[in-house]
Amino acid sequence: MPSHFAHKLAADEFVITAEIAPPKGCDPAGLMRTAISLAPFVDAINITDNQGANMRMTPLVAAGMLVREGIEPIMQLTCRDRNRLALQSDLLGAAAMGVKNVLALTGDDIGCGDHRQGRAVFDLDSVLLLQTIGALNSGFDLNGAPLAGATDFLAGAAAAPEVEPFDATRPKLVKKAAAGARFFQTQAVFNPERLAYFHDAVQPLGVKVIAGILVLKSARMAEFINLNIPGLKVPLPVIERLATAADPAAEGVRIAIELALQCRSICSGIHVMAMGRYEVVPQLIAAIRS
Amino acid sequence: MIVSTQKPLEQIVAALEGGSRVFIIGCAKCATVCKSGGEEEVFRMQDALTLAGKEITGTIVIDETCHMLRTARDLRSRREQVEEADFLLVLSCGAGIQSVAEAAEKKVVAGTDSKFLGNIRRFGQFEQRCSLCGDCRLNDSGGVCPVTVCAKGLLNGPCGGMEEGCCEVDRNNRCAWVTIYERLTGQERVRQLDAITPARDFALKRHPNSLKLEK
Repeated sequence: MPSHFAHKLAADEFVITAEIAPPKGCDPAGLMRTAISLAPFVDAINITDNQGANMRMTPLVAAGMLVREGIEPIMQLTCRDRNRLALQSDLLGAAAMGVKNVLALTGDDIGCGDHRQGRAVFDLDSVLLLQTIGALNSGFDLNGAPLAGATDFLAGAAAAPEVEPFDATRPKLVKKAAAGARFFQTQAVFNPERLAYFHDAVQPLGVKVIAGILVLKSARMAEFINLNIPGLKVPLPVIERLATAADPAAEGVRIAIELALQCRSICSGIHVMAMGRYEVVPQLIAAIRS
Repeated sequence: MIVSTQKPLEQIVAALEGGSRVFIIGCAKCATVCKSGGEEEVFRMQDALTLAGKEITGTIVIDETCHMLRTARDLRSRREQVEEADFLLVLSCGAGIQSVAEAAEKKVVAGTDSKFLGNIRRFGQFEQRCSLCGDCRLNDSGGVCPVTVCAKGLLNGPCGGMEEGCCEVDRNNRCAWVTIYERLTGQERVRQLDAITPARDFALKRHPNSLKLEK
């Protein structure tokens, strides 16, 4: 049976997702509290996978715990920390736990995280991971051996609408679609015109676009993101707006709402990256849904 | 060529702990070009170790230390100096160091770290372009190796960390996939990139590898 999230995407209904990082530790209480508080407002919750190459609880278990709680996760899965055996066995495990949505990612460089001496794997890349999910969905492993039971994942991929040179990223977007991606969750959007251009460019591929909206807290945080988080680029005017605001945290929410409202008519959904400020998500989503 | 760099002197001296007589071996090929173990570096090492209180029983710069039979033969030609030594200090790539270890019963000390198979940009500048992956893909990627030049070794296009054509891992480097895209676009064969490149076959990269030519 397809997921609620898959069903809404297929029915061309607007979707809203948010993301949570699993804990840096073995106590899932905080993760579950956050997930339960967000669940009434979103269609699915992304569970990040050692994001920024910082070691945390495996998204497989975190996503499985959400399912048990009746909350629909989108399990993020990167190629950085697992070879093709580990990726497949984690996917089978996720399916067994009732996880239905997977976001297939390459993974940030291990050198930007908290285990810089570690060995990055990259046995597969995101396109090949999508193909792998497709194979498991058809009841076979990557080498064509039959499985006892097929998985039923809805697979998605990442995309960067504002990256330059955009054209150099096009062939990979085509390949992601061909390999089975049914939705793109984008990097943070700051220029809705670029999102519209991106949307037009990928529309022939039949992949739904879910625009990433970043909730900023301060100019300093934006500068930190620009320096340390691959693929995220907060433009200067936004940083200036935060720097001159009387209440930068509230200004960050206002910026996110403005962007989300502009993106709403362009794409199939919004993905909220709250950067830990989960308490503002309901307000943001209420504004988007208004 | 194999690019190597010399280990810091204090590490070399520490590895020579427990013996005072040292025979130094350099290599006339790669280690000479990257100045980790040529004639000049062997000479300087001799001076430095003498200052550190070691006695140098002799030195030799072998033409291709990786050549096992030649290395064994050249060491035999210096049998006395080799026999006198407590340690054989080798300033060549890891392959050469192991030729020496196989040719002599003496304790061998590696004086270098082998870094990569390097192209020479100009004198003293080396760049990694090939990782000896065993399954060359340059025909599909406009002559730019994604396995090596992409920091993540991605086969199907740039990762999400590419910015303004630069690599996520080192912003001073151009993204390999942007270079590939531009080159194939210029050659009017960019459609090649629409086909998914299958996963690498790491069975081709198992080690220790060997090759024996048919006679």
